[in-house]
Amino acid sequence: MADKVAFELVSPERLLISADVDMVVLPGSEGDFGVLPGHAPVISTLRPGALEIYEGDNVSERYFVAGGFAEVAGARLTVLAEQSIALADLDRANLEQQIQDAQEDVADAKDDPTRDKAQERLDQLTEILATL
Amino acid sequence: MANLKSLKIRINSVKATQKITKAMKMVAASKLRRAQEAAEAGRPYAERMERIIASLGSSVEGRDDAPALLAGSGKDDVHMIVLATADRGLCGGFNSSLARAARRRIIELRGAGKTVKLLCVGRKGNDALKREFGSIIHDTVTFAGVRQISFGDQALPISTTLQQMFADGEFDVCSIFYNRFESALVQTVTEQQLIPTPLPEAAETVDLGGAAYEYEPDESEILEELLPRNMAVQVYRALLENAASEQGARMTAMDNATRNAGEMIDKLTLTYNRQRQAAITTELIEIISGAEAL
Repeated sequence: MADKVAFELVSPERLLISADVDMVVLPGSEGDFGVLPGHAPVISTLRPGALEIYEGDNVSERYFVAGGFAEVAGARLTVLAEQSIALADLDRANLEQQIQDAQEDVADAKDDPTRDKAQERLDQLTEILATL
Repeated sequence: MANLKSLKIRINSVKATQKITKAMKMVAASKLRRAQEAAEAGRPYAERMERIIASLGSSVEGRDDAPALLAGSGKDDVHMIVLATADRGLCGGFNSSLARAARRRIIELRGAGKTVKLLCVGRKGNDALKREFGSIIHDTVTFAGVRQISFGDQALPISTTLQQMFADGEFDVCSIFYNRFESALVQTVTEQQLIPTPLPEAAETVDLGGAAYEYEPDESEILEELLPRNMAVQVYRALLENAASEQGARMTAMDNATRNAGEMIDKLTLTYNRQRQAAITTELIEIISGAEAL
């Protein structure tokens, strides 16, 4: 049995990660689940949340994914993420500032489509902050 | 025969045109590289999605609760044609071959007694078809000022609009026309069906070691989320291929134009020199015969 998971993180724009890792913890829509080598084949939807990549017993990288799909087949794990950001690239102050801006956008929006759009952005930012 | 001055003016104007076409060619070449990279970068996602759909789709196929996007509306009376063209011209036969293909399809569908609706993505498709089919053009989307087609800003809204219309029962079948990028020289007009989603053939079957996929939540729920996603991805892919094709077509067209301008300059210069020589000869003859007469 393989002792590594062939992990791929793909967004519509590009292939983000393709690496062999020890374990990945995914924010499944029915609850978080970890994928180790030899995991049973699964196709699952993801909710917005943090995706954690483990090297040995430690988390080596964390990503925010805004929903998507995961497929486990054999020793391979493929995550189709709608949007993903490396959490290491984010800083809390900047994010809070963005949330504040988004809140103002929602308050200032003159018609429904603009408000919906701003609200959507705000929700997403709040989710990102929650995973940080 | 034109006189020397007008020839000179003509040569200069062709030279100016050549400079423009040459610059356009180089711009297209650099844009092509970027568009091609984007198209290639988008491929892994689409491929993996196709694989998931193939394995999921076959398991729900034929069931009564199969999502509408997969099963269709049960009719095929109203067809929606999405025509993806460029916003600009000067790219050879790129736009006209797309418009021609769409036109042929519309006439064929009408001949079979179907209703056809049209959604133009890119201004040129609208320009080409509005005289004949102006009444059925549902909408025109342009990407003027967009430097790089992105998934969220361009592909997703188009796909969402289409799905909304489908859900409202405004059409039964939807397909997209675009140019598939083969190489900078070759682009093929392609028609791809979007709704109902065609089930891709599983390109490679993964050996699951006898185990079957577990679905979390169940198949139909995943499909319900996956199919709209997949459609957006297909639209995105078509748009990217189209963008790369456009630049490729423009590069080729401008390369030809530059070469033609070069040939024309050579020809005109030859005529110019010949005429200049003729004028000198005439002048000499006049002087010599004048001197002889004395």
